Amino acid sequence: MIDLVFGPFLEFAFMRRALVGCLALSLSAPPVGVFLMLRRMSLMTEAMSHAILPGAAVGFLVAGLSLPAMTLGGLAAGLAVALLAGFVTRSTVIKEDASLAAFYLISLAAGVLLVSLRGSQIDLLHILFGTVLALDDPALLLLGGIATVTLFALAALYRPLVMECVDPLFLRSVSRAGGPVHYAFLGLVVMNLVGGFQALGTLLAVGLMLLPAITARLWAADLSGLIPVSMGLAMIASLTGLSLSYHADLPTGPAIVLSAGALYLVSLLVGTRGGLLLRLLRRRHLEA
Amino acid sequence: MTRTVTSGAPMSRPPPGDIVLRGVTLGYDRHPAVHHLDGTVPGGALLALVGPNGAGKSTLLKGIVGEIACLDGAIARPGRADTIAYLPQAAEIDRSFPLSVLDLAAMGLWRRFGPWRSLRRHRPDLLAALSAVGLDGFADRPIGTLSGGQFQRALFARLILQEASVILLDEPFSGVDGRTTQDLLALIRTWHGQGRTIVAALHDLGQVTAHFPTTLLLAREPVAWGPTASVLTPRNLARAQSLSEAWDEGAAICARDDHHGHGPLPPGAAGDGHSHGPSHGDGHGPHRHDHGHAA
Repeated sequence: MIDLVFGPFLEFAFMRRALVGCLALSLSAPPVGVFLMLRRMSLMTEAMSHAILPGAAVGFLVAGLSLPAMTLGGLAAGLAVALLAGFVTRSTVIKEDASLAAFYLISLAAGVLLVSLRGSQIDLLHILFGTVLALDDPALLLLGGIATVTLFALAALYRPLVMECVDPLFLRSVSRAGGPVHYAFLGLVVMNLVGGFQALGTLLAVGLMLLPAITARLWAADLSGLIPVSMGLAMIASLTGLSLSYHADLPTGPAIVLSAGALYLVSLLVGTRGGLLLRLLRRRHLEA
Repeated sequence: MTRTVTSGAPMSRPPPGDIVLRGVTLGYDRHPAVHHLDGTVPGGALLALVGPNGAGKSTLLKGIVGEIACLDGAIARPGRADTIAYLPQAAEIDRSFPLSVLDLAAMGLWRRFGPWRSLRRHRPDLLAALSAVGLDGFADRPIGTLSGGQFQRALFARLILQEASVILLDEPFSGVDGRTTQDLLALIRTWHGQGRTIVAALHDLGQVTAHFPTTLLLAREPVAWGPTASVLTPRNLARAQSLSEAWDEGAAICARDDHHGHGPLPPGAAGDGHSHGPSHGDGHGPHRHDHGHAA
């Protein structure tokens, strides 16, 4: 069993690299996902991931299948959409989900157009489904850097971010931090999506961010539990997904996300916080 | 914002603690919800804000706290805006967020502790604040499990910790039972005794008469402002009711603004398309319109 799971990583360097990259992403993306879920922004993340596509496409047009170029492009496009959507929300009557939807649709259409200008179907698949088995040193450094920045930034922003989630009006009445915190958080979302885009591709970048976070809700009650549990779940999904894709010769991105999805489905049944089985058991109530 | 006001003489700086309203008009989409309000909330006042629904009570509180900008006139606040604690009408708080009651109350310490300083050594203060609102033993409960009244108590604990010199409460007792209301009113009296300024929008006139020495009766226009007994007369209340009129989408530009800065009223402009009705009579308390504005 152990050999089955860890064998491929002992044997092949590219599998070890893939694992390290995914583990780095498992440290940074799920905590961001926890806040997204608690702010009811889960679906907006999907929109944001599509917004990254045209940036990556521009990078692809300029430099071919080059990781740094596509990353920079993706970061720029994602941040632009996040900032524009946030700005529109704060200064017009359009709500955040609507303005994000508008910008991501524009962005996605532009991205598809740009990719089709040059390049074949295979290149497109590459962009959509990631290159986790071909992570080189710069890509690994990028993933590690993103994880480091994310964890430090979340630690620094933690208190105002929680207040912005729970009672934005109160935060606004005591401090001007609300706006900058909101933008910084959107920046972290974009950064992690770009990271996930390296490992899993744009379509599935959201998977490692949100699935472990949502699953953690079924196991932990508060943030001090949600964040570590979501990280652990993402790591398990990365490990099983990668070895599954090796043994069964499956594409890695979907394998990892499906592993996270399987963890979610199992947790729905047996989770200790509102899992279905626990509800059926109907434990006796307490005295007070 | 820099209009010279009333009686011709330039206003000297307000004495510390006073909230001075000068020709304040607040509203949405240029439609006034509070119209030409003049007056002073003296430091240490315990003022009830009374009026029918849509009278502009919440709007006035939002204006004082700086949540919305004045359409016209100016509000002089004591000290910096963040020395004002504001409890909005129960609304925007996400009670499904996994946060403990203690953490919710601890938000009140933001001004002193900011984003990073540790609160660990101040846990006794937090527990004392929870105890003061009758929430002993609730510290680690998630906020989602509290009842409406308990949640309002938790918000008052947060107000205690804010230690603000001005406290604005927007209908703090709606949906709260009698016992909780009495406890929280006692807390408000304590704050009053400590010399804080308290302005509370309320609907229960019995409550106002029993606990609030001064009252502002508002119906978009200020109807009366002064000692509670002289404000809450049947005549004033009836006028407040008749004044709270519907939103008039096609309302003309308020001619009184021209009156302020740009010379005399155009003939005939005051009467039509402009729904101030009978508000220009006397008995306004401190509010008057025909004071000579210096341009």
